[in-house]
Amino acid sequence: MAIDVATVRKVASLSRLRESDERLESLAGQLNGILGWIEQLNEVDVSDVQPMTSCVEMTQPLRDDVVTDGGKVADVVSNAPKSLDGFFIVPKVVE
Amino acid sequence: MSELTKLTLKSALDGLKAKQFSSTEMTEAFIGAIEKANPALNAYVLTTFDKAREMAGESDRRLKAGEARALEGAPLGIKDLFCTKGVRTTACSGILDTFVPPYESTVTQNLWDDGAVMLGKLNMDEFAMGSSNETSHWGPVTNQWKSNASNAPLTPGGSSGGSASAVAADLCLAATASDTGGSIRQPAAFTGTVGIKPTYGRASRYGMVAFASSLDQAGPITKTVEDAAIMLQSMCSHDAKDSTSLPNALPDFSSFVGKSIKGLRVGIPDEYRLDGIPGEIDALWEQGIQWLKDAGAEIVRISLPNTKYALPCYYIVAPAEASSNLARYDGMRFGHRTEAASSLTDTYELSRSEGFGAEVKRRIMIGTYVLSAGFYDAYYVKALKVRRRIAEDFVNAWNSCDVILTPATPSAAFQLGDTEKAADPVQMYLNDVFTVTTNLAGLPGMAVPAGLDSKGLPLGLQVIGKALDEGTTLAVGAVLEKAAGFTHKPSQWW
Repeated sequence: MAIDVATVRKVASLSRLRESDERLESLAGQLNGILGWIEQLNEVDVSDVQPMTSCVEMTQPLRDDVVTDGGKVADVVSNAPKSLDGFFIVPKVVE
Repeated sequence: MSELTKLTLKSALDGLKAKQFSSTEMTEAFIGAIEKANPALNAYVLTTFDKAREMAGESDRRLKAGEARALEGAPLGIKDLFCTKGVRTTACSGILDTFVPPYESTVTQNLWDDGAVMLGKLNMDEFAMGSSNETSHWGPVTNQWKSNASNAPLTPGGSSGGSASAVAADLCLAATASDTGGSIRQPAAFTGTVGIKPTYGRASRYGMVAFASSLDQAGPITKTVEDAAIMLQSMCSHDAKDSTSLPNALPDFSSFVGKSIKGLRVGIPDEYRLDGIPGEIDALWEQGIQWLKDAGAEIVRISLPNTKYALPCYYIVAPAEASSNLARYDGMRFGHRTEAASSLTDTYELSRSEGFGAEVKRRIMIGTYVLSAGFYDAYYVKALKVRRRIAEDFVNAWNSCDVILTPATPSAAFQLGDTEKAADPVQMYLNDVFTVTTNLAGLPGMAVPAGLDSKGLPLGLQVIGKALDEGTTLAVGAVLEKAAGFTHKPSQWW
């Protein structure tokens, strides 16, 4: 399942990353190397195995549906690249 | 004064309680040592000396008043992965290079509640993705150990390279670290220090910058096994802020250090004897087996048949989770935002491409690929199924043994700028071949320094325990530590 430059470009776009054409080419080589190495998983018989999403057997803990924190506008925007009066300033989203 | 920095955590805590020296004196000794060593080693990416002096002063007041807590006055280093309130936390990524958390991670809060003193934030691979500390936005850490055959600078390992280096060079009494595929144990082995990753869920992940959430686990790097027990006791806790945090009560970890292992069944997995591994690693493993035999343990040959699939499985699961976790870095609410964009998509793409380093981008892209339509079942779901097979291997092994002994790493520390490893990511990934299985299965694993190779570099052994049985892991580690009598220190060139 070889990956070509067009596929890498698509994956980069899905990842919201922008790479130069030169980088895309070298990434294609690297990703092929990594995925080729990963192919060995096909040797394992997993026909009757359930996927393992957590290594801890526990039921999801629930808490009361109450407010436990909040009212910290200054903290929330303290690391914002741009903010004004407690709001995030972002690029135009709707034309 | 410099002798104070050479103490173990245990002896420092005893000395502080006995008023042989104050926390302020000890903290000043560490500050002096860091100022001298850090330009050469680059272990700390941020020092917090004013805060350290303040915390030490409060500890001295408490020590005087007889109100000492478990870690009262002990100066520690904190991996830059742990959010520290009001103190810059970057996970050594350019995308977080000015991030100042408005909250504290649970692990570090536990340490401060026990009276520890913070010296600063420790270097690491960017977002903990790496095995050589070379992917750090702040530059690599240099290992204080050098080969007797060459003067070339060596890696302290990664991702917790700063933590391992700082402990080995006496730049803190002990350090926090984290382990997703071996990031505590490999650097510990490369620097002649002790590192333990507890059972998944023992330490809260709240406030620990996420890499791969089902694998990430905090743990300490220390000078001795006893120190590891002390640190673990404080770092671990049940935390409602982390839904995977375990509610199980903590045993007294220190009580296992020095405990007899007579009659304990120690498993030796056939599949960990790999082709191409240096003979010295095998010889050290044999030596470790003999030490445990001498201590009265019963040695059992075991099989973990799916071991060889652990790394490829990991390199699907971890990047998949990373690509999802790192989607939050969009340049909007925090982190780096590009100056060069006009549209929203441009802003996302350029902010992320400018902020992330090459290895992080590579892993995000692998993760995105294996989760994308058409490949999800073939890669991601397949890997989750193999992961269960790997975990089942251990469950089966526990029928015939109580604990497992393996080498910690397939080699000693290698050179910084190793071109072979830089050119082929898979070569770098193979560093974690002995450690990654315990992350996938969620088991405790500990690296203990056990000897030097022919080049004079430290090598470690790994002890793997059953889930929630850090105690036996520590007991076996302490036996190895005592038998090895590892007291080597690198000659000080920095």
